[in-house]
Amino acid sequence: MAYPADRKYTKDHEWIRIDGDTGEIGITDYAQQQLGDVVYVELPEIGRSITAGESFGSIESVKAVSELFAPMAGEVVAVNDALRNHPEVVNSDPHGTWMIKVKLASSTDSGALLDASQYQSHLG
Amino acid sequence: MTETIASTLKKTPLHARHCASKARMVPFGGWEMPVEYSGITAEHLAVRTRAGLFDVSHMGEIEIAGKDALAAVQRVSSNDASRLQVGQAHYSALTTFEGTFVDDMLVYRMAPNHFMLVVNASNIEKDYAWIAAQIREVGEAAAVDSSSRYALLAVQGPAAREVLQPLCTVDLSQLKYYWFTHGEVASARALISRTGYTGEDGVEIFVPPAAADRLWQAILQAGRSADVIPCGLGARDTLRLEAAMRLYGNDIDESTTPLEADLAWIVGWKKESFIGAERLREQKEHGIARKLIGFELLDRGIARHGYQVVRGDKPIGVVTSGTQTPFLKKSIGMAYVPLELAEPGSELTIDIRGRASRATVVPLPFYKRKG
Repeated sequence: MAYPADRKYTKDHEWIRIDGDTGEIGITDYAQQQLGDVVYVELPEIGRSITAGESFGSIESVKAVSELFAPMAGEVVAVNDALRNHPEVVNSDPHGTWMIKVKLASSTDSGALLDASQYQSHLG
Repeated sequence: MTETIASTLKKTPLHARHCASKARMVPFGGWEMPVEYSGITAEHLAVRTRAGLFDVSHMGEIEIAGKDALAAVQRVSSNDASRLQVGQAHYSALTTFEGTFVDDMLVYRMAPNHFMLVVNASNIEKDYAWIAAQIREVGEAAAVDSSSRYALLAVQGPAAREVLQPLCTVDLSQLKYYWFTHGEVASARALISRTGYTGEDGVEIFVPPAAADRLWQAILQAGRSADVIPCGLGARDTLRLEAAMRLYGNDIDESTTPLEADLAWIVGWKKESFIGAERLREQKEHGIARKLIGFELLDRGIARHGYQVVRGDKPIGVVTSGTQTPFLKKSIGMAYVPLELAEPGSELTIDIRGRASRATVVPLPFYKRKG
């Protein structure tokens, strides 16, 4: 699967798509492949502050549970409630499925994020 | 680094086939094995509704033969092998002197004085060393590790026998549950056993390693119209857990006994003696303090191996296996709990990564096939 160029990626396999002062956050195709069938996505409450590089939730597959790490800092303004009953869309459409929307503390990241081609190289 | 690790992992005769078929490969008990082909859920459902094909060639085979083979098996195995007829198999424990599990296994009676023990992949060396040492004083019996002489394919699911029949020289409809026979499957000399580790009807086929790939392909070809798919160890684990079959290293080990694991039925109480018998009889007489139970999680999440069952802040038990089951669509698991909490309906609290989650004890197995 191609990694869309309209967003940035973490080395932990999250993506963030920035639109003005908000960012949508999800996980990459590589991440969902590694996890296998997703059965639960645990997300923060609206209004919570998240910090770049720190866990904002968890994702659980039949095989394992993994932390979700925030690509950038901000405040959670929306949570994808559909994932509660249909977590499997993370597998079927990882790049089209945002988990949380964040009002960003700053529109520029720390420089640690990767663009699509850098992320692709990171995967090797 | 990765290459060094990979090269030390053992490979089954079907390894190249799995890689060529784009299975996801993982290390398991010293072997590089397929964890999933099309996904755990799809594979799990295939076995419950149609059939799935598994490579379980990593399993070990230890054969015991000689004039006193029965006495040798009776010494190391908890179940009563004298009750096995030739062509019959049963589940048993290889016990320590404390009555705990060296391993769990299937015991096949190949001939009056010839038995085959099918053991867990990660325990082959340990089991063989244990058995060889323990049967020395029995008399005329020798143990041989013949694991490398067999590939093992499992076809599991309601359609399993029907799919295999056209490939097979024996009448599978006559093969009873936990019996086996010799014959040819896809022109390969085979031991065909109506056993499995999925809670579903099915067969396991022991063949020479050189025949494994041909048989694998023949079964998939024969199963095409029934939509039989290749399955990995991931689905094998969720299937066996739904059926409440114990997994060595998770649910049972050298610190747990068959009584604690709620497997008293694999202890041959009428046998004269066997390793660990005294301790098990003591336990039977005085009672056990903890027992392996099944639970359903009422809160969201999965209670996984090693998570604690708590009362307040105090750990009182431990989860041994847990998953979200694709078929029953519930979060289930097994745990050791104090006896007073072992009855179905008892409420448990499980610490899931710092969150107190509610669970209720339910009867085992979680899933039982019809008929």
